[in-house]
Order: sequence, then structure tokens, then C-alpha cells
Amino acid sequence: MVSSDSFWNLVRAEWTKLRTVRGWMVGLALAAILTVALGMLGPLGSSSSCSQVDSNGATSHTCHVTGPPRDASGQEVQDQSTFVRRTLAGDGSITARLTSFSGKYSPDGGGPPDPTDPTAGMVDGLQPWSKAGILIKDGSNFGSAYAAVLATGSHGVRMQYDYTHDTAGLPGSVTAAAPRWLRLTRAGDVITGYDSADGTTWTEIGAAHLANLPADVEVGVFAASPDYAVVKSSFGGSSTNTGPSLATGTFDRIAVTGQSTGGWSGPGIGGEPSGHSGPGAAQGPAAAAVAAANGADGFTVTGSGDIAPAGPGEGADKSAEGSLVGTFGGLIAVIVVAALSMTSEYRRGLIRTSLAASPRRGRLLAAKAVVLGAVSFVVGLVAAAIAVPTVRAVEHSKSMYVYHASTGAQIRMVIGTAAILAVAAVFALAIATIVRRGAAAVAAVIVAIILPYILAVASVLPAGAAEWLARLTPAAAFAVQQTVKPWPMVEASYTPANGYYPLSPWAGLAVLCLYAAVAYAIAHRLLRRRDA
Amino acid sequence: MTPRTAPPPPAIAVQGLRKRFGATAALDGMSFDVAAGKVTGFVGPNGAGKTTTMRVILGLDAPDEGRALIGGVPYAKLRRPLGHIGALLDAAALQPGRSARNHLLWLAHSQGLGTKRVEEVVEASGLGKAIRRKAGGYSLGMRQRLGIAAAMLGDPPVVMLDEPFNGLDPEGIFWIRGYLKELAGQGRAVLVSSHLMSELEGCADHLVVVGRGKVIADTGVADLIARSSGGRVVLRTGSRAEATTALANGGGTVAVTGPDQLTVDGLTTEEVVRVLNAGGVPFAEVSAHRASLEEAYMDLTRDSVEFRAAMTATMTDASGEVA
Repeated sequence: MVSSDSFWNLVRAEWTKLRTVRGWMVGLALAAILTVALGMLGPLGSSSSCSQVDSNGATSHTCHVTGPPRDASGQEVQDQSTFVRRTLAGDGSITARLTSFSGKYSPDGGGPPDPTDPTAGMVDGLQPWSKAGILIKDGSNFGSAYAAVLATGSHGVRMQYDYTHDTAGLPGSVTAAAPRWLRLTRAGDVITGYDSADGTTWTEIGAAHLANLPADVEVGVFAASPDYAVVKSSFGGSSTNTGPSLATGTFDRIAVTGQSTGGWSGPGIGGEPSGHSGPGAAQGPAAAAVAAANGADGFTVTGSGDIAPAGPGEGADKSAEGSLVGTFGGLIAVIVVAALSMTSEYRRGLIRTSLAASPRRGRLLAAKAVVLGAVSFVVGLVAAAIAVPTVRAVEHSKSMYVYHASTGAQIRMVIGTAAILAVAAVFALAIATIVRRGAAAVAAVIVAIILPYILAVASVLPAGAAEWLARLTPAAAFAVQQTVKPWPMVEASYTPANGYYPLSPWAGLAVLCLYAAVAYAIAHRLLRRRDA
Repeated sequence: MTPRTAPPPPAIAVQGLRKRFGATAALDGMSFDVAAGKVTGFVGPNGAGKTTTMRVILGLDAPDEGRALIGGVPYAKLRRPLGHIGALLDAAALQPGRSARNHLLWLAHSQGLGTKRVEEVVEASGLGKAIRRKAGGYSLGMRQRLGIAAAMLGDPPVVMLDEPFNGLDPEGIFWIRGYLKELAGQGRAVLVSSHLMSELEGCADHLVVVGRGKVIADTGVADLIARSSGGRVVLRTGSRAEATTALANGGGTVAVTGPDQLTVDGLTTEEVVRVLNAGGVPFAEVSAHRASLEEAYMDLTRDSVEFRAAMTATMTDASGEVA
């Protein structure tokens, strides 16, 4: 007869063992302290200046956190383009033909913009996500709702709306011989996008339901081009070379149906100066944002910038998971406690007392795993619950902007941090059972988890190598903390060093779980077979 | 008509244990039983296989052959094993940073026991207030007491102690001897190992003498002493050399056992007196010998060449079984 409570007796005994050695409890407290303290080191050590040069050229010393515009969900966005527009009241549509699409960029990264010749030093070429197309937008502010059908530098025609949604339309690039007809229709909250190669056969790309769209919207043609960026990757890290770029779209056959009042306006159109700054308008090199009439029913529009989601770049921008960069420090402390709690039994011969008290050895290992896993989970939870608000407060006090993360992602980030500590503790217990020596066990687990993590995120390795480390080693588990999203419609350096892991959060955690499970199985087998 | 009840199984049954560590046979057919209500001494030189046998009994080491049963059950099948057998293998096996009381507490928790039982065994151990101190600061004697307290946690019918006298002062040795006799008096089976027979003097009721991994003798202490004493004569004389020559010529085997003392085998008291008188050798006293337990032990093992080899091997091998 197996009494069902005997396993819980063992769990209770293992908890008594753990809590009655002061050094281990100190170690676990240290895990929480390190997680918080290491997270605060970064923002505390940075000395970002509060002085900003405002638009009049004067230096202001007022400190306030400014960030990129945000959409209705809180997602940071870029909302800059050259937009030639008019007002549409209620339902209606806009149709236009894009007959040419070209661009320029600065391959050398560009210097300070030359006010007299913004295209000085630029060479011809579009960026992959340079955009020219038609747009229906709530014109009230940056980050407002919109829907667009647009041609891109190398991704064909797309329908995009509200920054994060992207659907492919006709492939291929735009030439005079192969123009693109684009159409958006509004019926209430629903905006439908179409494209056509000839203006007679139309294909629906998709429909957007924009609940936030007011009755009066702005419709028109736009052009935008995100910065040229090239990442040079090598041992010792990667460097990103960026420079401004421009895109020019030539439209004709522009037709607006529905109640549309007033004339067209835009930079250089309708009395507006070039470089007009406003929602949907370009803020790039001032003179680059320009539009001109193209015949009776067309415009040539040149713009830079992008209408797309934005993620944290370098400098003062912080991601939500940045508050948990100290996790690796807490992890080291947990690994040491977990490993030593086992190897010290071997060192002192206490393992024989433990095994005599529990001749079913698998249960002893399981009880230890339950206690170490649960305790480490709680430590991780407490550490993360302290670190997230604390580090964020420090970042705010240093005028750093913390990027938005959804509540779900933040909960996952905190629970995931606790899970990393818990699974790593079980992993360390298993390795300690296998090697039976404290120093060897601690070194092995740190080499397995912490070393690849540091190599991957510290810009030491080329991005490719870093990604493989973040995919194959137990360090993949740190993906569970990632809240920043890689956007397919935004070119950026999505590397572990920038906080982007190749595996999804739970898949990354599963990699660590797999390592822990294999080590546990070996430890279980050895513990049962070996003489004590 | 009346159902014949099978005799209860021995408290500990060790049956044909064999175990090799590399080229060395640590256990070479070890077999013996331990009965309830007695203190059984488990005696042999270091390296004779005592600790290995105890580890096999506790399921810590797996034998190559044979088995060990506690009350007829293998250790691995025991539920809450400390209620069946309490053991002290290595008094030094303690986490130094943990207090002695907390050591007993986790062990109690593992058996579903609580604080109350811990207080009871602490009371019996005589450790008193020291129980709250860290085990790392304990003397060897205190560790032995703590280890015995741990062995008694489950109030087991069988108690097994490996070298409990090691490192104890005379008072401690006296305490353990009394405690073991008390436990046996309560009807428990007590198996206590030692490499020094003298430690078991006046304490053990039964002896299992082992050498080189097997049992050399399995006997009651009273029988052993009676047998060893038999036919031996102690002679006190100032003329040792002449007496030795005369007695050897007279057919006796003579051993020097003191500055003016000889022990003679093979001759009766009367024969010794006659031979000495015939040779004109002066002597102060001739008496029949009453063997000590130690002598009985040496006597028992004297003729065992194999055993001597084991002794020699142990003495030259510093990495013996004392852990």
C-alpha cells in the first residue's frame, strides 16, 4: 500500500531542509535583490541629458518624457508621410493610378541635411518598404486610424490599416508600362481596399473595420520612405548604418466619390508650404516633403518617414522587458542554491540519511525538484513584481521612454521570468545529482544558460550566431520575456541583442524545459542505479 | 487443530551477500541473523565489510548477490522506514549550517512525524540546549548522540549503529553501552559494529565476527569466553626464559603476556606445576585463565590466516572503510 501522503511528507522534509540553512535562504533573497538591482543599474548609470533643442533653435532644460505617437491600442507608431488630401464626409471612395514610383537614399548614412539641396549625396533606389498609395485617415492627430492601399519598394501592392495590419495585393513593381490602380471605399466603419492592373478588373485585397473613424475623414494620395538601414554583422558585434531616404510617387486619374468639399491641400499644394508638419505629414528633411500637380487629375508626391508600427530603437528608448534585464543575476543565485542543496548532501554523506529516509529514490528527487522549483518560482515572481515598477520608475526619472506592452504580454513576461528561475533550478538540481560536485554543477549550468544568453544579447557575436544560440541553448528561454514585436512591414535589426528572439516566448521556454527534462531523466536514472 | 504460527522472521537477516568494488571483494558471502532483545556486536577489523553490509541492509548499496531483510522485508519495500529500523552510519553526515534540532525536524517530517517526537528523542539524547546550535560546531561525541537520537525518531524495533563508540570519551562510551542495553531490554534488536572488541565488553550479548567480507564466528558472548578460557594456564615467574624452555620441552605452547607472566596452552595447571618443579624453575603463581572478551576475540581469529591477511591489508590501506 502506498500511502498517498508520503510524497508530501518528503516535500515537507525537503522544504524544512532548504529553509533551515541560512546561507541558502540568503542566496534566494539575493536572487530577488540581484534581479531588481541589476535591472536598475542600466537606467541609473545612464546620463541622458534633459536639454533638448526645440524648433526655434533654443535649448530647453525642461525634462519631460516624450515618446513616439501611439495608436488607439497604445502601440507606438510612426506616422509621417507626404499626404495630399481633401475632406470626405461620410461614405465614398477614392481611386488613383500610380504610374511611377522611385526613390533616393544616402548609402553612406547621410550627414546633416543640406537645407538647399536635401537630395545631395543621395543615390537612386527605393527602400523595401517605401510607400506610395492612397489613404483614408482620421486627420485629427498622430497615430489616428487609417486605411491605405499602397505600392511598396519590393513587397508589391499592400492594403494596410491601423499601423499593424498588412495584407498583400498585386505583386511586382510599378512602372509606366505596368501601372497600379488603387481604390479604397468607405461604407460606415468598413473600408475595403482593391487593386487593379488595368482600371477595369478590380480585386479586393481586404476590408478593414475601423470603429474609431469619425464621419469626416481625409482622403488622398501619399508617399513615405523609411530610413535606409544596413546592419553590418561581425564578431565583436553589429553596427547599423542608417540614412534618410525619399520616395516619389506619380499619380493620375485621381477620383473621389461621395460628399467631398474644399480643394486639395498638402505641402506645396493649396497654399501650404513644403514641409508642412501635421498628422500624416512628413517631418523628415523639410524640403523633401513636396507635392506638385500632375496634369488635371494627378499629383507627384515626394515623402519620407513611414506609416507603420514603431519599436524601441537605441538610446533612451526602453522596452518593457528592459526592467527584467537583471534576471540573469537572480538566475545565477538560484542555480547556486539549487545545485548546492544537492551536492552538499553528497559532500557531507547526508545523501545516505536522505535515501535511508526515502528508499524510493525517484520520489526523493521529485520532492527536491518540487520544492526548488516552487521556491524559485515564488522568488522569480516576487523579484519581477518588484523589478518591473521599480526599474520603470527609474527609467521615467531619467526621461527614458518605455514602450508599450500589452497587459497580457507583461503578465507573460513576469510569469515567464518566474518560470525561467523555476525550470533552471530543476535543471541545476538534475545536473548536481549527475555530477555530485557543487563547483562543477554550478559551472556547467551557468555555461549552459547564462553564457549563451550573455553572448547572444551583448552584441559579441554576429547576429546569425546569436540567433542560433537563442534557438538551441537553454538561453532560448529568455524569449519568454520579450514584449517587443518584430513587424514584417518594418525593416529593422531583429536580433537577440536588440531584444528580439528567434523563437516565440513559450517555444523558447520549452527549450529550457526540454534541457531540464533530459537532465532530470538522467539524474533520476543515475540516482536509482548508483550506490549511495 | 491449533494453527502452527511460523516463527517470526529475524529482526535483520543477512543472506549470502557478495559485492565487489573493482578487484576487491568487499562482501564474500556474508550471512547472519540479528535477533530481537539482544545487543549483537558486529566485530571485525576496518575493511572487513561491516559498513558495506550495513549499507546493503539500508538499501544504500546494491549487492551483487544475496539479500538483506528487515523483519522479513527488503529495505526498499519499507514505507516510513525509520519506523522499522533506525540506523546511524556516519555521525559526521550533517549539514554544518543547520541546527541539530532542524536536522531531526526534517528527518521527522520525511516520516510524517512532528515536532513532538523530535522533542522526545532530544530529551533522551542528553543534548539539552545544544540542540539549537549548528551541527557544524558539534564535537564527535555530540554528533554520535545526535545520530542516535535520529535513529530513534521512528521508535524502531531494530536499531543499527556503525562504530558508535568512535571519538567518544569514557563517559560517552559508558552512556552508549547503557543505552544499548536498555534498548535491547525493551525488546529491540540492536546491531552495533566496532573494530575494537574491548568497546563491546560488558555490553554485547551476541557476536558476529567478520573478516574479509564474511562471518568468522557467530556466537554468544558467554560461550565464546568459556571456550577461550578453556585449558589455558597463567604463570607468574621471575625466570621467564627457563620456564619457557622447560614448558615447551614439556609439550606446552607458551606466550609471553607480561613482564613476569606467561600463558601456557596444552598443559593443565597440575602439569605446569610438575614440569616447573622437575626443572627447578621458581614461580610465584599458577592459575587457570579467565579470558577477557578481547582475548577470546584474538584467540578466535589467531588461526585464521585469511583473517590476518585482511588485517594486514587494512592496516596498510589507509583508505579503509572509516568514512
